[in-house]
Amino acid sequence: MRLLIAEDTPSDRLILANLIKRLGHEVILAVDGKEAVEQFIEHSPDIVLLDVMMPFKHGTQVAKEIRQIAGEDLVPIIFLTSLNEASDLAECLEAGGDDFLSKPYNTVIIKAKIMAFSRMRRLHKEIQGQREHLVQEQIAAKGIFDKIAHYGVLNSPNIRYLISPKAIFNGDVVLAARHPNGDLLVLLGDFTGHGLPAAIGALPLAEVFHGMVSKGFALEDVLREVNAKLKSILPVGVFCCATAAHLGFRNRSIEVWAGGLPEGVIYNTRNKSVKKIHSQHLPLGILSAAQFKYQPVYFEMDNDDVIYLWSDGIIETVNAQQEMFGFERLLNVFTQSCNANTVFDEILQHVDDFAVEGTEQADDHTLIAVKMQDAPSMALKQALLVKPKVVHRGLADCTMTCELGVESLKSFDPVPLVTHLIFQIMGLKPYVNTLNTILAELYSNALEHGLLHLDSALKNSAQGFAKYYALRHERLTELTEGFIRFDIKHEPTDNGGRLTLQVTDSGQGFQVAQTNLVNENQNSLINYHGRGIRLIETLCQRLEFIPPGNSVIVEFNWSWL
Amino acid sequence: MAVLTASSADGSELIIKIKGRFDFSTHQEFRNAYEQAPQEMSCYVVDLKDATYLDSSALGMLLLLRDHAGGDSSQVKIVNCNADVKKILSISNFEQLFTII
Repeated sequence: MRLLIAEDTPSDRLILANLIKRLGHEVILAVDGKEAVEQFIEHSPDIVLLDVMMPFKHGTQVAKEIRQIAGEDLVPIIFLTSLNEASDLAECLEAGGDDFLSKPYNTVIIKAKIMAFSRMRRLHKEIQGQREHLVQEQIAAKGIFDKIAHYGVLNSPNIRYLISPKAIFNGDVVLAARHPNGDLLVLLGDFTGHGLPAAIGALPLAEVFHGMVSKGFALEDVLREVNAKLKSILPVGVFCCATAAHLGFRNRSIEVWAGGLPEGVIYNTRNKSVKKIHSQHLPLGILSAAQFKYQPVYFEMDNDDVIYLWSDGIIETVNAQQEMFGFERLLNVFTQSCNANTVFDEILQHVDDFAVEGTEQADDHTLIAVKMQDAPSMALKQALLVKPKVVHRGLADCTMTCELGVESLKSFDPVPLVTHLIFQIMGLKPYVNTLNTILAELYSNALEHGLLHLDSALKNSAQGFAKYYALRHERLTELTEGFIRFDIKHEPTDNGGRLTLQVTDSGQGFQVAQTNLVNENQNSLINYHGRGIRLIETLCQRLEFIPPGNSVIVEFNWSWL
Repeated sequence: MAVLTASSADGSELIIKIKGRFDFSTHQEFRNAYEQAPQEMSCYVVDLKDATYLDSSALGMLLLLRDHAGGDSSQVKIVNCNADVKKILSISNFEQLFTII
């Protein structure tokens, strides 16, 4: 061991130095407080023995400086004193000393104290090492975690988000994934607790979410699967409060499922009004698959409207008076903002100003904002980003038929399945967005108009919009007969192929020509119906309704990219 | 003590009282409260009259109690919630799982 002795009385210094040398330790000497600090920096001793009254620098000041220099290392400081009053001795400890030695020195006591402090140092070093090891492990694991939990399309230009972790790992999850038709699905989740146990649940959640959304599954299917997965793997008492939303860029609507998070909002950036999103469900991972409920709410969203979601950390930020920031203050940021584009930063600024300065944030602060934007351009950009892969094996010339009866229609979305079938055809992968859009539009036309006789004019108003989806659910539940059939045919051509899709329903058909005509005369921005068909027309080479309108044929010619 | 327990006169009901913050620090005490009950209880009452705050780990603990009490067939009442506590319970829609009075 290396000991620093700082003592201004030469005789005392000599006696103590000899005593300690005899015990087998290395000794460094300092004659005053100033030199003590210098010697400490130069030799970094293991234990420091300090006289209280020294020239140039008082012992307590030296102790303070040494503590600062040592940082996280434990350097025991023992004050040397001729005082014997209990109150004087206590003062030494209050001034930052770990112990004291009274004069005259006693070899047995000095030996025992050095032993005790060296034991303490060893323990401290061990803990330091273990902690470092733990942090290293966590950093490595976090690298993997971030890749799984936060990849996806969070960096899209219409998304802003913030995750500020309380620990290295975080109980909060933010996910965004692009549906094959160009729509965006986002999820903000908050697992019970913090740190590693909370983060572990985020991994399966992210895997299921990204995997299913990219395959074209609907929000309901994704959440049912996530819930079932979390329920089966998480212990009772650990669950995930979440809000998930499907932003439909083509019909400018949003479908939201909320379970357990504080109210989010949909922000109208023109008139600065907000619509609240109430939590109506239990969090994910509590109910069994059979008990899980999916009762989403639908909102219309104009271009530039923004959905804001947050975890409870923001709302529960407290000020010096232990008041919470709360939902009302948050709402005021929206309604009082001068510039809708800076609301995201304003929220953070307000929360920051509100919080007690210098205090550690009590919970994870997580915030995401997603803006509704014109879809076709975005979907197209996304499609161009998909690099074509030359596939050497797969389907080429083939026909497939898939017919769904009533029971299937009630509980099964065939679009992902049929999309998947089509992608077994060589060379079609790059067209994933386009084909999924075509299939989804044809299928919803066949189901909603052909079988359920829903009037798309309902979707012209905000109330009608919600009513439309309520009616859709009601009529589908009551459906007793009917079918929808997909006939798929593919023929290879010299530079690609020709895909023919026919979708037929058992309904009575409808007046296609007239529907289209009416729409042409109306403002397409406020008219949500009929757009699907026109969109398909722009995406394929031929679209033909077979009278009486219950069957439609689409021809899609493609070439190798 | 932040967690106090008492049985009803006929011994069929266990009352668990929480004082102060109901969060992770209460975990062990809360668990002990129902696991060390002298006999099988048919009904559990969580009294939050003196609870000032409830966080998500408290919600998790309530789920653990519900599981212990028999899951879907359990009888767990949460009583005397103040407005803040009630709000937290209702955001998570816990009234679907518990009787909240």
